Amino acid sequence: MIVIGALVAVCAGLVWRRDGIDGVLKILTHDLWLFGEIMPRVLAGCLLGGFIAEILPHDKVSRALGPNSGLKGLLIGTAFGAILPGGPFTAYPVAAALLTVGADFGATIAMVVSWTLIGYGRAVAWELPILGTDFTLWRIVISLPIPVLAGALGRFVFVWIYPKGEPEPPA
Amino acid sequence: MTLSALIIDITLWGSVAILGVMAWQRGRVVLVSSVREGSMDFINIVPRIALGVIGSGYIAAVIPPEVITGWLGPDSGWFGVLTAVIAGAATPGGPVVGFSIGAVALKVGGGSPQVIAYVVAWALFAFQRMILWEIPFMPARFVWFRAAVSVPFPFLAAAIAMAIGKP
Repeated sequence: MIVIGALVAVCAGLVWRRDGIDGVLKILTHDLWLFGEIMPRVLAGCLLGGFIAEILPHDKVSRALGPNSGLKGLLIGTAFGAILPGGPFTAYPVAAALLTVGADFGATIAMVVSWTLIGYGRAVAWELPILGTDFTLWRIVISLPIPVLAGALGRFVFVWIYPKGEPEPPA
Repeated sequence: MTLSALIIDITLWGSVAILGVMAWQRGRVVLVSSVREGSMDFINIVPRIALGVIGSGYIAAVIPPEVITGWLGPDSGWFGVLTAVIAGAATPGGPVVGFSIGAVALKVGGGSPQVIAYVVAWALFAFQRMILWEIPFMPARFVWFRAAVSVPFPFLAAAIAMAIGKP
């Protein structure tokens, strides 16, 4: 977060030099509005994450999506990411909740990557009208194997880096 | 636009309500502790989202979309794929900007594999989504890990597109 803060400060400085204080304030007010609009959805996402962490039985999740869940775990993660409704304000809190109830990095990577690549929400709302049906469908077909492959690669690299398991529980 | 926002909000809060009832059926303690957990997450995340929202606006203002379109020109081959991947990660703004740039690139003669690589890279690495959403919500180690293992896949997508000659 410190790196991002520094990056933001530098960029705000550049905007100030280019557009003056008016430019800085214009972006600030626009983004404050956006922030106000997003907040209720973030709260909903956090509550979803909280409920999932409490309701889902840990032993079942770690069997279905844990380090030993094999290809099936990656496929479940992919399917879950593809059907998850809502936007980033649901996907990331839910993914974080899955990590805390026993999903491993591999299955969670499959879920996040599947949500961003083959999730229907963004494709239907934005990609179809802007890029056209032909392009969008082929793009999705080509993307289909990627979540499982990314999850498998993630699992493989994880075991390679941390052969004795994770050094500390995820925050 | 507003209708889709309304649908999103309804499905979102509907899911919250359904899961809330499920938690309540497990007993009051489960409901209270999950609501408390969710609220604590929310309180912890608000300042990070604030930095993300306000910050990414400034970062986006420094990177004009025209620069990105330039990187996506009709330059085919693997060098074009590489610049497309970098352009995808560096694209500011939401899905409208990302997909519109892809559409412009197709119109001005960008190759399909390059535009596929661009859209996939944008989906995987768009810096604004990572700063605004992924880093605040997920453990930092997970985010870097996820991004690192995702690196080969825009190239794989471009390779598949070249091999099958579609779209």
